[in-house]
Amino acid sequence: MDKAKVLVVDDERDLNETLVKRLKRRGYETQSAFDGLEALAVLAGEPFDVIVLDVKMPGMDGIETLREIKKRHPRIEVLLLTGHASVESGVQGMSMGANDYLIKPVEIEDLLKAINQAYERKRLATENA
Amino acid sequence: MKIVDFNALRLRIILITISFSLFPLIILGFGINKKFSSSYYGTIEGGLRILAESKQASIDLFLSERVAQLTLLANTLDARDISDPAALERLFSQMQSQSRYFIDIGIIDSESGQHLAYAGPYNLEGFNYKNEEWFAKVMAKGVYISDVFLGFRKHPHIIIAVLHREGSQSWIVRATIDSEVFENLVKRVQMGRKGDAFLVNSALALQTTPRFGGNVLQDIDLPFPIEGRFQGVRIDTLEVVYRRYLYARTWLDNKDWVLVIREDPTEKLMPLFETESQVWMLLGGGMLLICIGTVLITNSMIRRLVTAEREKAVLDANLTQSGKMAALGKMAAGVAHEINNPLAIIREQAGWIKDLMEEEDVKASPNFKEIEEAVKRIEQHVERAKDVTHRMLGFARRMEPSASSLNLNSLAAETLKFLETEARHRNIAVSLELAENLPCTESDQTQLQQVLLNLIDNAIDAIGKNGQLTIATAHHPERRELSIAVTDTGSGIPADKLEKIFDPFYTTKKPGEGTGLGLAIAFGIMDKLGGRITVTSVLGQGSTFTIHVPIK
Repeated sequence: MDKAKVLVVDDERDLNETLVKRLKRRGYETQSAFDGLEALAVLAGEPFDVIVLDVKMPGMDGIETLREIKKRHPRIEVLLLTGHASVESGVQGMSMGANDYLIKPVEIEDLLKAINQAYERKRLATENA
Repeated sequence: MKIVDFNALRLRIILITISFSLFPLIILGFGINKKFSSSYYGTIEGGLRILAESKQASIDLFLSERVAQLTLLANTLDARDISDPAALERLFSQMQSQSRYFIDIGIIDSESGQHLAYAGPYNLEGFNYKNEEWFAKVMAKGVYISDVFLGFRKHPHIIIAVLHREGSQSWIVRATIDSEVFENLVKRVQMGRKGDAFLVNSALALQTTPRFGGNVLQDIDLPFPIEGRFQGVRIDTLEVVYRRYLYARTWLDNKDWVLVIREDPTEKLMPLFETESQVWMLLGGGMLLICIGTVLITNSMIRRLVTAEREKAVLDANLTQSGKMAALGKMAAGVAHEINNPLAIIREQAGWIKDLMEEEDVKASPNFKEIEEAVKRIEQHVERAKDVTHRMLGFARRMEPSASSLNLNSLAAETLKFLETEARHRNIAVSLELAENLPCTESDQTQLQQVLLNLIDNAIDAIGKNGQLTIATAHHPERRELSIAVTDTGSGIPADKLEKIFDPFYTTKKPGEGTGLGLAIAFGIMDKLGGRITVTSVLGQGSTFTIHVPIK
């Protein structure tokens, strides 16, 4: 079974890079983007299946980025990462088209499950389309 | 905050009000009384003066008439009659028919002092008066009125003697008058229970018998000096044996006697005293009424002030407290967030290490076990730190007041966590007795938590060191109420202090350690949430504070 192509968008470099490394190790094709603009740029270059997006970022924040991504690539599954204090923004993100949200710090297993579910949804959606 | 001394304020208001209202009243009372009594005394004095004047006039008139009668008699007689007892007898009986004042009458020869003729009940003919004192006086002055004396007959009387000259011959007409007449004249003036009237001569010898203290011809002690002859009546108010008397005195015109009238004003003053006592009673009643009114009004005013002050204090304290809590919440959120990010990274790194430990070469490392153990501990403590930050965030998020569905069991457990460490440090055993199947209720979780925090904090303070702290939840379906009871094994609260502990600023802690507002705020919060807070305490065994939350 093939695995999702994942883009991790988080301004925390150490976290982002480690996550990418761990996903790669588990066989996911994964890439990093450290802010919203970079993410959009990367997305413009190549397609991704699932985006793991931190809500709280300097400059263009997660919600704005989400809006842009959904506008340009409506089929991409977006998982929001929120801090404990910003569950509301997660909920808000869901209403704007995010597919799920996870509260930081997140267990890698939970993240993988969410990614797999999202990828499954996307595949089904593509097949039905 | 400045705390007004309400007792001092109350006292000041009462004193000022009372003095301002009583001062005019007292002045008025005294003024009326003084005016009234002085005019009353004036009336009584006037009456006494008129009485004394009229009495003096009638005694004088009596004496004048007698002298005139004798003078007339002397003029009627001629030289032949004087030694004729029958003629004198006839004239005497004529005089007696007009007035019976004279006891006897005699004609005395001015040369020899020998009785020439005598008419009367006694046998005095041939008696010689030449050496009597009055004889010389009548010879010198022509008319003589004697003081009262007992004389030969041992009966008080006076004599009046008139000298008559006719040509070269002269004789004296001498008459005796029973001093009973004077007694009768003055006795009519002896009024009331203590009133008195008498005549006294210039040597202070009584001429009539007074009602009190003395007999005729005795000397009398008067409470005032008898000055030399003066015109009119003199009146003095004198205190004799603790009684006030009015004394009137006046000289007779015809004789050096003084008429003294004593009057006890008490009887006449009865109406004045009655009025006076009525005035005092009215005044006293008025004063009492004013005092009572002032105290009542002031008390109710102060009570209102105290209530207002308390409400204000609680309001202020609540405002301060919620401001503080809001700031604290913001800070907690900031701190939690800042710590959360590094925690996430640490956790990710640990995860990465765990991933790498699946590599064969790492597995071959002699320290593999150690590394695995270390990573496990890192994850454990990240988890622990995460709990703390999550609690802080939860606390922070709930700073905004809101009603939400909540479970008192989890609230109690969660709140206790904040103070568990503190309790452990003080060697206080904490037991949590959670009721099963506790229904949820709608209430403000943050505020409840704040109240509970306060109670647990107080309980820990009450225990100090080494003790037992019990937190128990309960369901009271009959009252549709849930409760959380916080029980400590502290020293307990004396019964007389129990009522005060919810008062603002009541504290048993040292200055600077407690504001005395904790329980007041807790009380206010519970009240606002529709619940209540109760306390039971056994001195020496500890206290139980219970918060009751209605089920909604």
